[in-house]
Amino acid sequence: MTAIAHPAPFARPSLPRLVRVELRKMTDTRAGVWLLSLIAIAGVTAVGVTLVAGTESDQTLDGLFGICGIAVALLLPVVGLLCVTGEWTQRTALTTFTLVPARGRVVAAKLLAGCGLALTALLVCLVAGVAGNLIAGGSWSLDLARLYGAALYMLIVMVAGLSVGLLLMRSAPAIVTYFVLPAAIGALTQTVHSLRGPAEWFDLGRATAPLGAGEMVAGDWPRLAVATAIWIGVPLALGLLRLRNRELS
Amino acid sequence: MIEVDELTKRYGSQTAVDGVSFRCEPGTVTGFLGPNGAGKSTTLRMISGLTTPTSGTAKVLGTAFQRLPNPGRQVGVLLDASAQHSGRTGREVLRISAEVLGVDRRRVPELLERVGLPPDAARKRVGNYSLGMRQRLGIAQALIGDPSVLILDEPANGLDPEGIVWMRGLLRDFADRAGTVLLSSHLLHEIEAVADNLVVIGDGRIVAQGGKAELLATTGTVVRAPDPDALYDGLAAAGLSPLLNADGTLHVDASPDEVGRVAAGLGITLLELRAADGGGLEQLFLTLTSTEAPA
Repeated sequence: MTAIAHPAPFARPSLPRLVRVELRKMTDTRAGVWLLSLIAIAGVTAVGVTLVAGTESDQTLDGLFGICGIAVALLLPVVGLLCVTGEWTQRTALTTFTLVPARGRVVAAKLLAGCGLALTALLVCLVAGVAGNLIAGGSWSLDLARLYGAALYMLIVMVAGLSVGLLLMRSAPAIVTYFVLPAAIGALTQTVHSLRGPAEWFDLGRATAPLGAGEMVAGDWPRLAVATAIWIGVPLALGLLRLRNRELS
Repeated sequence: MIEVDELTKRYGSQTAVDGVSFRCEPGTVTGFLGPNGAGKSTTLRMISGLTTPTSGTAKVLGTAFQRLPNPGRQVGVLLDASAQHSGRTGREVLRISAEVLGVDRRRVPELLERVGLPPDAARKRVGNYSLGMRQRLGIAQALIGDPSVLILDEPANGLDPEGIVWMRGLLRDFADRAGTVLLSSHLLHEIEAVADNLVVIGDGRIVAQGGKAELLATTGTVVRAPDPDALYDGLAAAGLSPLLNADGTLHVDASPDEVGRVAAGLGITLLELRAADGGGLEQLFLTLTSTEAPA
């Protein structure tokens, strides 16, 4: 074996390279720019409203950061979702998978890019919280549990969005499923008493609520794990299977 | 180099591609010819790893397409020029491909120039492109990795006459530099003008393949006389079974030499005497791919 000083000209694209490409694809279209602007506006508005009308406990770094995170996390997963479904609705899958025939690698790159975007959004929320608190003049203490909780929350909703996108492979049904199904389950479990117990285990919204608020207690973690498995594990596994067998045209 | 061996694709009870085999050698342009729905696109998708064959194999540069580590650097593929994100600019589409393949970004403006997309067109979103512009962008995308094999599905669709001539030149030049080109078309003239070899497909099966000259070669003689009937009778009497064409010429299954001698022996004046040219690929194409013979 001779040492190769530089990568062979036909070396396969590295995963970091593919992640960079997917991040770029999330932000270089008109729809992508609009969506990201909308998310930024939502975050800034949440901070602004809290500054004007929030309680004293909300007008702190901790409170403003948390509220910004919740506002941003509402729409952010749609960016991930569209980055998967767009391959089919815009038919770019033909190019994407011709250049990278290992379909699983493309999905891995999309998941990692989504997580990167989620963590970037978290940082932006932190900056917004700091900026807001400069105006509010509240407490500067930041609960680490809340920071980690918010990070995990952001990652979970982003990956859930990507997974639902992968399973359904079409934008409109995926967006509807992502938003309407959890809401419907929530409404159902609120009205049907016998479902309340099980609901804690399969309602992702309820399972992640303490996470976003930084109030996770020991008993919440198994529930979060189960809800995450249902909302991410199942669609992701089925979506990967579907993609593997799917004919691209 | 492309090697297709007994490639078959079934959808339920329907067979879209049925035992297709052919080879494309470096330095040649192979035309993949057939009417719409004959199985051309399915075959090209199977070669490019997008569709899994029911049976059979396809190899590009000696290996399955999916096993090429960075396929875009070795094989340029354009299967559908309209399959582009409408909200992305043409230049951005190329930049993304360049990034995936690890190609120098400076190739992007070079290639845009080469395929005839000037900077102001490259800055526009693909949604505003005509089909011809999308084809040019698709060609640029196929070429950006500097591949040695090109696989193009109906690349002439939507191009204006000037664009079609440009495309022919580009493909010819690519093959002359030892590249392998496989292009499909349902338009005979496109293929006839540029291809060295032909693979003709109809209803999922290969109905003819070979060198263009070989496939075009036909036997027989075309002869014209002021009095076709007298010539007809004379040739028939000599045992040469002539056929009367609509334009008044006779087609005879014999050499011009033989036909001329018969006419001379009967003292018949001839206006025209030549080897039959077969009427181009059109005739071949129609004969080979039509399932119902016209009445």
